[in-house]
Amino acid sequence: MEISRRTFLKLSGLGLLGLLGAPVIDVLAKTDRARVARAPGALTAKRWALVVDMRKCWENGKGTCRDCILACHREHNVPDIPEEKEQVRWIWTEPYENAFPEQGHQIGAALSGKPFLVLCNHCSDPPCVRVCPTRATFKREDGIVMMDYHRCIGCRYCMAACPYGARSFNFTDPRPFINSVNPAYPTRERGVVEKCNFCEERLAAGSPPACAAACRYGALVFGDLEDPGSAVREILRTRYTIRRKPELGTRPNIYYVVG
Amino acid sequence: MIEKALTGSKRYWGWVILLLALMGAGLGCYLLQLSRGLTITGMSRDVSWGLYIGQFTFLVGVAASAVMVVLPYYLHNVREFGRITVFGEFLAVAAVIMCLLFVIVDLGKPMRVFNMILYPTPNSILFWDMVVLTGYLLLNLVIGWNVLEAERNEVPPPRWVKTLVYVSIPWAISIHTVTAFLYAGLPGRHYWLNPLLAARFLASAFASGPALVIILAFVMRKFSSFDAGREAIGKLALIVTYALTTSMFFLGLELFTALYSRVPGHGLPTIEYLFTGKDGTGNLVPVMWASVALGLVAAYLLINPATRRRESTLLFACAATFVSIWLEKGIGLVIGGFIPNPFEKITEYAPTMPEILITVGVWATGLLILTGLCKIAISVKQATGHAASPSCGASASPPQNSA
Ligand code: SF4
Ligand code: SF4
Repeated sequence: MEISRRTFLKLSGLGLLGLLGAPVIDVLAKTDRARVARAPGALTAKRWALVVDMRKCWENGKGTCRDCILACHREHNVPDIPEEKEQVRWIWTEPYENAFPEQGHQIGAALSGKPFLVLCNHCSDPPCVRVCPTRATFKREDGIVMMDYHRCIGCRYCMAACPYGARSFNFTDPRPFINSVNPAYPTRERGVVEKCNFCEERLAAGSPPACAAACRYGALVFGDLEDPGSAVREILRTRYTIRRKPELGTRPNIYYVVG
Repeated sequence: MIEKALTGSKRYWGWVILLLALMGAGLGCYLLQLSRGLTITGMSRDVSWGLYIGQFTFLVGVAASAVMVVLPYYLHNVREFGRITVFGEFLAVAAVIMCLLFVIVDLGKPMRVFNMILYPTPNSILFWDMVVLTGYLLLNLVIGWNVLEAERNEVPPPRWVKTLVYVSIPWAISIHTVTAFLYAGLPGRHYWLNPLLAARFLASAFASGPALVIILAFVMRKFSSFDAGREAIGKLALIVTYALTTSMFFLGLELFTALYSRVPGHGLPTIEYLFTGKDGTGNLVPVMWASVALGLVAAYLLINPATRRRESTLLFACAATFVSIWLEKGIGLVIGGFIPNPFEKITEYAPTMPEILITVGVWATGLLILTGLCKIAISVKQATGHAASPSCGASASPPQNSA
């Protein structure tokens, strides 16, 4: 009796260890998930950033040009859902006061009511990554905040955590709402969250993000923030830029030229 | 002992069948949700948590509040509570099961729920919430069952059960604290981003939970031979009184900071939306004022010794406390946190019929579990003669530390 009980305890202890151990080993192994080999010719950076020159956009685009939005949504099979409450958006516009609520009255009437392009900020300290219970949302070494649609359980905790309203949930099956499917990029299923991925699939193939490529006026500049010679750094040196809700400490990597 | 739940009067079976019917309706709607997605709910891009997570948050409080009957008995030797601790523990079991069900019905991909265990994520508060909630469920099941088993055999419960009881006391605090941390640590959600939130959660829980235990005690006395005893109910009523007033005081603190400083970052826009409505919206205004009114009435009835001791007014005060806190925490707090949205726009939320029926179904499941467990406990107490006489009942299983 005594022996069999000891053996039993030992065995169950081993089993428990195994159960606990597997995920731990998993965690250790996962740390270099971001370091998977990049294809030759892929665009790489230490920290990707996007500068949006709103002046160029307003002057040339006249507020009606939607090239970047259409290119992104077409590229990534973002559904066009009429029901406002369930819309999926990767990049869209919001009036200045809404995109920069705490700064609304500081800069003055010049910006009031002007449309601003908004998208996921690929924050340097992203709360969405911090809260996700499954690591379906994770940050790559180059700063891109990624979504694993197959891992996401649809708890929507990341939506509560994102202070920029950058995430969308697939309340319903998105496929019937995609006008023409781009077979090069997966469509999503009902029940998962999605958002802008900085076109990581295009970067891997050596092309710049679809929004930047689509802008005829060069209002969107994509580049490496850690490279002092990059075009984005050049703009940050010479122009007046603002970021959304800097007071929250998430350190957004989307900059807006406003002056 | 399970068989004790399977025998009973016509009335008992009527109640069970009613609950089963509600569960069936809820299950039917849940199947609809499984096939069509969360689009059948009133939730949106802006208000991405609704009734389900509200109920979850409220019920974690009910579960945690079991500690308010367990702690006085085991730590302070309040003998009057000896007869009812097991009900507190079983209430916790039922409440935690409801919490877990509410999380599951809220998931967009419920079939992937095990991803939370397969990929444990220590930086996510939701991960820790799952850990402490399941731990608490097991603790209360094991404790409640073993105490009852011991009572049936008329022996003191084994020593290790007492150790578990001591573990369960801080554990109960932890479940509600961690649940508050789900909210209190999010940048940009001004109404939640508040270090007082965990304290507020605990205070309101220690009012709503014991209020429910008192209601439960009256129900059991009416429909069975079990009597919790006047002293126990009187002591619980005091706990409800202090907790409710503390909870209302805490709410007042928050309102003061927001309203007097007028800093939007202290939740002012949400408070305006909740209490006065904003830009022509205001679905939750009646909810919030009903909560305040019920809370004030309950506090008045509880603080006044005459009305606290009179059974009819006490019962009313307990019901008012429970509903007041349910409205404030289960509805206002969670939904209000999403309004206005990060763009300072208001998207209102109202639950849909299927969503309400799923919610009712989960509540019915919890009530069925609670009914079954209470039935077993009452049968054991009847069999050992500890049901009807309050004077001797207190010594049913005395604490071994006569501190
Ligand atoms: S903008 Fe929102 S979704 Fe994007 S990284 Fe920041 S917190 Fe996450
Ligand atoms: S909804 Fe998906 S991505 Fe968002 S926190 Fe939950 S599991 Fe992570």
